[in-house]
Amino acid sequence: MLDDFFTRAMVAGIGLALTVGPLGCFVVWRRMAYFGDTMAHSALLGVALAFLFQINLMAGVFIVATLASVALLFLQRRGALSTDALLGILSHSTLALGLVMVAFMSWIRIDLMGFLFGDILAVSRFDIAMIYGGGALVLGVLAWLWRPLLAATVNTEIAEAEGLRPERARFIFMLLMAAIIAIAMKIVGILLITSLLIIPAAAGRRFAATPEGMAIAASLAGVLAVVGGLSASLNFDTPSGPSIVVAALVLFLLSLVRLPERRGTGQTGETS
Amino acid sequence: MLQSTAGDAEPLVEMKNAGVRRGGRWLVRGVDLTVRRGEIVTLIGPNGSGKSTTVKAAIGVTAPDEGTVRRAPALKVGYVPQKVTIDWTLPLSVERLMRLTGPLERGEMEDALKAAGIAHLAGAEVQTLSGGEFQRALLARALVRKPDLLVLDEPVQGVDFSGEIALYQLIREIRDRTGCGILLISHDLHVVMAETDTVICLNGHVCCRGTPENVLKSPEYVRLFGARAGDTLAIYHHHHDHTHLPDGRVRLADGTVAEHHVHDHPEGAKEKHDAG
Repeated sequence: MLDDFFTRAMVAGIGLALTVGPLGCFVVWRRMAYFGDTMAHSALLGVALAFLFQINLMAGVFIVATLASVALLFLQRRGALSTDALLGILSHSTLALGLVMVAFMSWIRIDLMGFLFGDILAVSRFDIAMIYGGGALVLGVLAWLWRPLLAATVNTEIAEAEGLRPERARFIFMLLMAAIIAIAMKIVGILLITSLLIIPAAAGRRFAATPEGMAIAASLAGVLAVVGGLSASLNFDTPSGPSIVVAALVLFLLSLVRLPERRGTGQTGETS
Repeated sequence: MLQSTAGDAEPLVEMKNAGVRRGGRWLVRGVDLTVRRGEIVTLIGPNGSGKSTTVKAAIGVTAPDEGTVRRAPALKVGYVPQKVTIDWTLPLSVERLMRLTGPLERGEMEDALKAAGIAHLAGAEVQTLSGGEFQRALLARALVRKPDLLVLDEPVQGVDFSGEIALYQLIREIRDRTGCGILLISHDLHVVMAETDTVICLNGHVCCRGTPENVLKSPEYVRLFGARAGDTLAIYHHHHDHTHLPDGRVRLADGTVAEHHVHDHPEGAKEKHDAG
């Protein structure tokens, strides 16, 4: 069944969507969209370093994305610049550093477009194993971390006072983000990873009454986006990664359409 | 586990000469503070006087940079921070907020919500609550864990004057019923003082302390809050002439139920509260 490239792409994409849904919810709740973007951009530096030191690509991306988030936490504590400015600096300088390094390494040919925008149609059986294995691991850790992380998301001080160690929860969450970026890079590419985290979660908000419900809704929205985007990509011969993101966007816009007799949607209502 | 019947002797939390420093500046220094079981200790002081910092150091949210903070072993803290903002994108009902830091039995949760006077809001999304309702929800959440020490950082912000009195009475009732120690932060002494055992007046350091009556009379307090504060303030005993019903209607003193009611509080009786 996995002999067909399109089937492999579909299976890989669905696996990824299921994993990023709950993670994306936390990115939205914690207002970390730009933070996630920065970690994702640093992935290209990870790719360059992985080629330079000849280590596994995913490992290289994971390490550099983790370092970027640690560097940000450190710089935030120094308090010299606003988080916003720090994110802007880290995000684009790591991306630029990666691009420059790749250009210097003339002895290897790197498909830059593949890393930037993803190449889901080229996924191998090994990639699928990584997506499902790594994804299961990420979801497992997230389930274990759920209560402290959610408490820390609502209020760090309450979580701290009641013994849930929010700093530790936040750090483990960073590791999960780095892992998912390493896994997702090949599928949607560095520049579009954050959209796969955020857009399905935002689309799911409307249909959820609990945090857990929103996580599931985000996963389902992600799966719909993958199925819709890949099918469209096949039919219209459009690039696969961006097609998935466009499909997610369409789902999000549909979720904004005001249904009659629903309470508590006033704040987003005017944009629909 | 510490099983002591004479819990009064053992302080729940004890700070000695504690200070917290941030960015090369002492936020607060030289604080001595003790809270025992069944005691209500109130911190008062102007904005930026280190009240929240002191409380956070007391419960271990921040570590003191000098002095010592000792907490009773296995101390269970219920905390209502000064500012809680929940992102609109997080779907969270009051019920789910209650179970935020640990699982609960249904009965416990209902009791706590009832005690806080918001049993009818169990299913409401927290973002739709009014300021006062949200404070009550946070209080219920802190209560339901049956804490040894309840820590409330300006619990009445966003609450109107009569609601303020009712909340403080509720806090005292909680103390009377559960016997927990309560550490409270407030802007204005005159509303809380009827419910307080010990007042500590902070302004980067401890200005004065004692019973509410003594603190009101002390020259440090008058200097900090102005001469007028001393003589115009009296212990405020509020007599309710009506009760708010869960459905928003009002039962008046004569027993009739009305859709609305008119308050005849004196002009300017409600002081303005600044957040932060």
